[in-house]
Amino acid sequence: MTTTTTTELTGSGPEADAAPAGGRRRRGGGGLGSYLLIRFLLIFPTVFVLVTTVFFLMRSTGDPITAALGGRLPAAELAARVREAGYDRPVVVQYVEYLGQILSGDFGTTLSDRRPVLDVLTTFGTATLELAFYALVVAFVIGIPLGRFAAYARDRWPDAVLRVFAILCYATPVFFAGMLLKLVFSSGLGWLPANGRASTRSEIIIQTSVDNPTGIYLVDAIRTGNGEVVRDVLEHAVLPALALGLLTAGVFLRLVRTNVIGTLGMGYVEAARSRGVGERRLLRKHAYRPALVPIVTVMGLQIALLLGGAVLTETTFEWRGLGFQLSEYLQARDFVAVQGMVVLLAVVVAVTNFVVDVIAALIDPRVRY
Amino acid sequence: MATATSASSTPSSPAAPAPARRKRGLPVVRQLRQSVGLQRGMLVAGLVLAAVFLLTAALADVLAPYDFNQLRDADGPFGAQQRPSSEHLLGTTVGGYDVLSRVIYGTRTALLVIVVAVVLSLFAGVLIGLVSGYFGGWVDRVLVVVCDAVYAFPSLLLAIVVAIVLSGGQSSLWGGIMAASISITVIFIPQYFRVIRAETVRIKSEAYVESAKVIGASHWRIMTRHVLRNATRTLPLILTLNASEAILTLAGLGFLGFGIEPTAAAEWGFDLNRALSDVTSGIWWTSVFPGLAIVLVVLGLTLVGESLNDLADPRLRSRRAAESGQTGEVSVVPGGPLGAGPAGLAGIEEVR
Repeated sequence: MTTTTTTELTGSGPEADAAPAGGRRRRGGGGLGSYLLIRFLLIFPTVFVLVTTVFFLMRSTGDPITAALGGRLPAAELAARVREAGYDRPVVVQYVEYLGQILSGDFGTTLSDRRPVLDVLTTFGTATLELAFYALVVAFVIGIPLGRFAAYARDRWPDAVLRVFAILCYATPVFFAGMLLKLVFSSGLGWLPANGRASTRSEIIIQTSVDNPTGIYLVDAIRTGNGEVVRDVLEHAVLPALALGLLTAGVFLRLVRTNVIGTLGMGYVEAARSRGVGERRLLRKHAYRPALVPIVTVMGLQIALLLGGAVLTETTFEWRGLGFQLSEYLQARDFVAVQGMVVLLAVVVAVTNFVVDVIAALIDPRVRY
Repeated sequence: MATATSASSTPSSPAAPAPARRKRGLPVVRQLRQSVGLQRGMLVAGLVLAAVFLLTAALADVLAPYDFNQLRDADGPFGAQQRPSSEHLLGTTVGGYDVLSRVIYGTRTALLVIVVAVVLSLFAGVLIGLVSGYFGGWVDRVLVVVCDAVYAFPSLLLAIVVAIVLSGGQSSLWGGIMAASISITVIFIPQYFRVIRAETVRIKSEAYVESAKVIGASHWRIMTRHVLRNATRTLPLILTLNASEAILTLAGLGFLGFGIEPTAAAEWGFDLNRALSDVTSGIWWTSVFPGLAIVLVVLGLTLVGESLNDLADPRLRSRRAAESGQTGEVSVVPGGPLGAGPAGLAGIEEVR
């Protein structure tokens, strides 16, 4: 059972490999080396497809300058600006030029604040990374033990409660979860701060006492050696991490539950049971570990889910990361920035998926072509 | 033709999967009978929630005390952010609208978006998947790469891009609904494509397809009568699950400001966006009720889809042996069994 699950799960990524290169190797079984090579090469068509799609979609409405400034400038000046930026040339020419820019690492410059998009990523990326990390921690801590417990209590009431909980995690939009958490713990009970990554005071302390700040506030706060700053940073992180983490926690819960139930029915578990191994030990030692492997393989898709969720979470909590910045640019109708960030995120997603698949292949020898 | 009936009967009602094969009766009824204990409880709860959702949408005019864009009545303006009272059972929003009326009318917007999005993606996805899987070749390979790329990408970001393209300032009811639906469609097409393509690749090597070829049936006839008919069994499951995903995407878009203007229609995500600043000052009624509406509808639809999925999955249901091992392998929510069923990888191998 696990075998089929694993191949299916990874199937989502590598299945893309209908590319000619993969064909012959797969039939022969293929080694780890060729798998990694093919998987690496697959990054390029994926990114290429997304870049192309996004480019033509965005251009099909017209040029970004008219979108941003249309109606606010006289027509003649608008036309002059459009010409200056080269948006009056044929779309195909612009497309080829855009591809060239991307290959040389230039993802465009935002219209509203004239910043290179890559610069936006490096400035705000760390905040999103930090949030995603916290969320993953929450998801692991909540999702995996509860999933195991649900499998153990299969078809009894704790299982029912946990399954409904998992569906609720999925059914609650992250921003609504965030707003509820804010209502209860922030404006209601006053226990935790509602917005931002740290209080202004902590931010000043971090800025003044740490050279070369990493941008990851927790690391920077620890480097200040000031316990209060660390506490402040952590307090700010609790609610956003919960809001975003619960989404993934539900996914993990279901996944672990299904897989543990699957492995509990395997022959070797049956054999151990007949040798007189206790149910609890069976669950802990025999069924649990193999059921965790598929988690690694779905992590890739979780990254996409987390990034989408991060946009909403960051907007809810004014967490100044990529998502928050993206929605700012959306409000400002700065579509050069939006396009640049979406394309850049496509690269990030493709590369993370690659890394996750490599890890999965190293852990599980069945993941090969 | 048979195609028309089999294809159009499926999407007619996304909340309760429509009769896929009438001979065996309504699938939901069959599954209700098949289910026991806990599973039945979850299925019934889901069906009840879905039914309430549909009824509310249908009877919105009767149920809602005010119009969704009504700001004043005979006694003057409602006033902004009024606490729940006998006049406004759930209070008023920051814009001065009646919360209850907007929550009720929101079901209508949600339902419209679900129907349009699911029907569009069903037709496009099924058609592309069928043709791609049946004919194979380089077109098929390109399509698989394209769909996988789209599938792996954060769907909300893609929806934002599409919404920008479509809604460039549109805020009318249908403009907004179409913008939201098409954005959601773009995300869904790869899912239908994967499922149908994988099934098609599997089915086209079956003996009955061979025999149809031998007696000289046309490609179109084989595709519609032999392949499509047998490839659609997983569709009702995906339909319910996509319906719930459609609501979440719509709400997400609305929350980011790509919703429908409050004067054109009521949309929960947009209302939540407006309520964001209320939360900090402790005003709870503007956010809690639209949010709960989203949660309950998604919960209901997911419970139905989930239960159908579990009833069809031999791993999760002990009765009935693994005769239909493929049936259950449909992505329920992110993280459920992914891919297009076991035929996914195997299917590609068969092509070669």
